[in-house]
Amino acid sequence: MVDIIILLTLLALGYGFGRYAEGRHYRSIIQREEKLQYLVAVSTKIIPPGEQYSQSSLVCGNVVISVDFFKRFLAGLRNIVGGRVMSYESLVDRARREAILRMKQEAEALGAKLVFNVKLETSSISKGGGNSIGSVEVFAYGTALIPHS
Amino acid sequence: MLVSNLEIVPGKRIIKHLGLVQGSSVRAKHVGRDIMASFKNIFGGELKGYTELLQESRQEAMERMLEQAKSTGANAVLNVRFSTSSVAAGAAELFIYGTAVILE
Repeated sequence: MVDIIILLTLLALGYGFGRYAEGRHYRSIIQREEKLQYLVAVSTKIIPPGEQYSQSSLVCGNVVISVDFFKRFLAGLRNIVGGRVMSYESLVDRARREAILRMKQEAEALGAKLVFNVKLETSSISKGGGNSIGSVEVFAYGTALIPHS
Repeated sequence: MLVSNLEIVPGKRIIKHLGLVQGSSVRAKHVGRDIMASFKNIFGGELKGYTELLQESRQEAMERMLEQAKSTGANAVLNVRFSTSSVAAGAAELFIYGTAVILE
């Protein structure tokens, strides 16, 4: 009986705080993405001819995000029937966008206008532990090109 | 030292290739950070402790790579790549490699 109460409390806490945190994070991501729209990040290697760049520098951004208890519970249920695991999709989406934003912020601080050869790397850092934690790390890196000032 | 993950440097010519240079660092988690992380596992959200930890270890791996590049007499490292692997429960390896070159 006590176990059930603890489980329900954790689920309720996870649902409440998780939803709030996700909503807030998405709002902040959308706002910052709009602000950094002028800074283009592309995954090609070929630099368009024409403009001269005086400097290039490696820029990177990383983030570790964890899923809440409620969503992990849902994903556990989903494992039984199979199909799309929506609760993890939003987690990975948030992590990727946040990592790219942090990379762009670093490029912005250098005065760059373009980021080339952007690569994204996703890894689950706590894999292999006793309790498998639903946290994911995304690392984004690329080369920022700084035009002649 | 110029570090870039492109194969060329705009406006500069590569005089000599000096081969592969690499640097790695294996880090374990901190108990305090681990406790905070287990709270976050209920509420969800960013694990700032881990973000910083991984950032620091990448910095260290990068420094090791640059040291190696310096000892070969290079002045730039191109085509840099990062890789992450978990070698044991609670420890992560950050590995960076690239090509050391001399630019004019």
